[in-house]
Amino acid sequence: MYTQGLDQSGAKGEQPSAVESPADLARFQSRVDAEEKIEPKDWMPEAYRKTLVRQISQHAHSEIIGMQPEGNWLTRAPTLKRKAILLAKVQDEAGHGLYLYSAGETLGTSREQMVDGLLSGKAKYSSIFNYPTLTWADVGAIGWLVDGAAIMNQIPICRCSYGPYARAMVRICKEESFHQRQGFEIMLELSRGTKEQKDMAQDAVGRWWWPSVMMFGPSDSESKHSAQSMAWKIKRFSNDELRQKFIDVTAPQAEYLGLRIPDDDLQYDAASGHYRFGKIDWQEFYDVLAGNGPCNRQRLRHRQKAHDDGAWVRAAARAHAEKHDRRSRPSQTRAAAG
Amino acid sequence: MADDNWPLYEVFIRSRSGLSHRHAGSVHAADDQMALDHARDVYTRRNEGVSIWVVKSSEIVASDPAESAAFFDPANDKIYRHPTFYDIPDGVENL
Amino acid sequence: MDKDDALLQYILRLGDNALVMGQRSSELVTQAPELEEELANANFALDYIGQARLFYSYAGELEGEGRSEDDFAFLRDGHEFRNLLLVEQPNGHFGDVVVRQFLFESFYAPQLEALTRCSAPRVAEIAVRAVKEIHYHLRHVSQWLVRLGDGTRESHSRVQQSLDDQWRFTGELFAGDEVDEAFEREWNGPRLAELQLRWNDKVDVALQEATLVRPAAQWMDGGGRCGRHTEHFGYLIAEMQFLQRAYPGARW
Repeated sequence: MYTQGLDQSGAKGEQPSAVESPADLARFQSRVDAEEKIEPKDWMPEAYRKTLVRQISQHAHSEIIGMQPEGNWLTRAPTLKRKAILLAKVQDEAGHGLYLYSAGETLGTSREQMVDGLLSGKAKYSSIFNYPTLTWADVGAIGWLVDGAAIMNQIPICRCSYGPYARAMVRICKEESFHQRQGFEIMLELSRGTKEQKDMAQDAVGRWWWPSVMMFGPSDSESKHSAQSMAWKIKRFSNDELRQKFIDVTAPQAEYLGLRIPDDDLQYDAASGHYRFGKIDWQEFYDVLAGNGPCNRQRLRHRQKAHDDGAWVRAAARAHAEKHDRRSRPSQTRAAAG
Repeated sequence: MADDNWPLYEVFIRSRSGLSHRHAGSVHAADDQMALDHARDVYTRRNEGVSIWVVKSSEIVASDPAESAAFFDPANDKIYRHPTFYDIPDGVENL
Repeated sequence: MDKDDALLQYILRLGDNALVMGQRSSELVTQAPELEEELANANFALDYIGQARLFYSYAGELEGEGRSEDDFAFLRDGHEFRNLLLVEQPNGHFGDVVVRQFLFESFYAPQLEALTRCSAPRVAEIAVRAVKEIHYHLRHVSQWLVRLGDGTRESHSRVQQSLDDQWRFTGELFAGDEVDEAFEREWNGPRLAELQLRWNDKVDVALQEATLVRPAAQWMDGGGRCGRHTEHFGYLIAEMQFLQRAYPGARW
C-alpha cells in the first residue's frame, strides 16, 4: 500500500527510474490528451515529475520572496485600511507559497529540499521580485501590473494535467483577483490625488512596466522546456500569447488612469485588435536571472536569515513534541529499555 | 544533527454543516495542536470551515494506483446495482 | 472626570494597545521561523489592526470633532498615545515576541471578557467580536510558550531571559488611574484587581507547564497611560506616520 508520506520515497514499489517503455509513455500521453488528471503516485515519466517539481517549487519560491518587496511597505502604509489590505495580501502570498510547496511534496520531494534549493541559489524564482519597492506607488504598481501578469499566467494552469498543482492554482486564482484590484485602486487614488501623488504613480509605472512585461519570459522558441510542457499540459499557452494578452488588457487601464506606459512604440492596431509594443531588452532579464539585479542578494539573505534565526524555534518545537510522545507512551519506553 | 523538520499533516475541512470533510492540502507542524492551528490559519481564512481534521501524512493508507484495475474495475460492470437497470412497467407506482 | 470623558479615554487606550500590537506584528512579516507561522502572525496583525479601527472610529464619533480612525493613528504625537509600555517594546527574537504577546493577552483576554458586560453598548459589541480573536491568539502563544520553555536547553534559557527582561512592564497592566476608576464606576468597567487575579492564574499555570521560573517581584516601569513612553515609541510612530506627515491632507 502507498501513502503520501515522504518516508516512502525510494522504497520498493516506487517507479523504476531506468525503464520507461514506449507503451508506458504512450499510455500516459493518452491520459493527458484526454484531459484526465494525473494524481500523486500515478505512473508518470520521470521528466514529467522533474519538470513539475521544478516549476511548482519555483512558483512557490516566487510567492515567498514576493512577500519581501510588498512587505516593505507594511509598516508605512498610509492608512489603517491600506495596512489591513496589504497585510491580507501578503498573508495570502505566504499561503500561496504553502499550497504550492504542499503540491510539490506530493511528487516525492520535501519542503526542506525545495527550500534548500532556493537558499543555495540553485532554484530560481520570478525575477520581478528582485526589484526594489521605493515608494507607496510601487505597492500599487505591483498589485496592478505584477499580479495582473501573474493572473494571466496562472489561470491556464488551473487546467494543468497534474491534479494537486491544478487544485492549488484554483485556490490561488480565487484569492488573487482581489490582489490586482487593490493595486489598481491604489493607483487610481494616486492618479486622482495631488501632483506629488500623480508623479509618484507615474514614476512607479516607469520602473515596473518593462519588468512586468518580461515576467512572461522570452519567446518560446528560445525555451527548451516549452514544447514538452505543452504536450504534457503543464503549460497551456505560449509566453508570447500571454504577454500579448497582458498588454492588450493593461494598456487601456493605464489610459483610464492617465498614466503613461514607458513605451513609445505602444500602439493599438485596429486591424489585428492587439497592441503593438516596443522591443524588450532581454539582457536586463538575463542579468537579473543570473543574480545581477538590484535586490537579488538582499532577498536571499533576508530569507536565509529568517530561516537561520528560526532554527532554534523549530528545534524546540520538535524536542517538545518528542518529549510528549515519550511521556504519553511509557510502555514503549519500558519495552525499548528492557 | 537531529531532524528538526516538522512532519507533514494532511488537512480535511468541512466547509458547511451538512457537507463531508474534503481534502484541502497539507501543512507542516511539530504536533497535533499546532497542525490544527496551522490548518485553520492557512485553509479557512475566507469563511471556508466549520470543522477541521488533520492527520499525519505518514498515517494515511492509500490504495495503490498500479492496482486500480483490480481494485475498481470489477465494480463497473455490476450494473444490476443501479436502479436504472430495472424496467418497471407503466402503471406501477412507488417503485 | 466626567462619564463621557472616561469612556473616550478608555477607548483610546484600547485602540492604542491594539494599534501598537498590530504595528509590531506587521514588522515581523517575512521573518517567521516557519511558513505556517507567517500566516499565524499576519492573522494576529490583522485582528489587531481591525480592533484598532473599531475602537478609533467609535472614539471619533464620541469625541464629535470629526477625527477619523486615521487621524488618531497617524496624526497624534507620542505623548498623545496611551498604550502600555509592554506592547511598544521592540520585537527581538521569536521567544521575545511570544512572551510579550502572552503577557499582554493574558490581561487583554480577561479585560475583553469583562468589557462584554460593560454598560457601553458599542464597546461591549466590539469586545464580543475581539474576545473570540484574542482567545485564539492566547491559546496559540501559550502553547508556544510551553514548547519553548519545555523544548531544548537553548529555547528554555532564551525564553526565560525574555520573561525576565519584560517582567518589569507587567506591573503597569494593573496600575490603574482615574480613567480606569471612572470607567469602572460609570460604565460597569472591568475591575483591575479581578483582572490581576485572572492574569496571575493564567501566567502561573503556563509558566509551570513551560518549566519557567516566575521572575521575582521587582520595580515596575509605567507611564504609558499618561503618554510617557520608552525611547522605542518615537521610532515606531515616525515609521508608521511618515506618509501622512510628508503629504498632509492627501487621500490614499
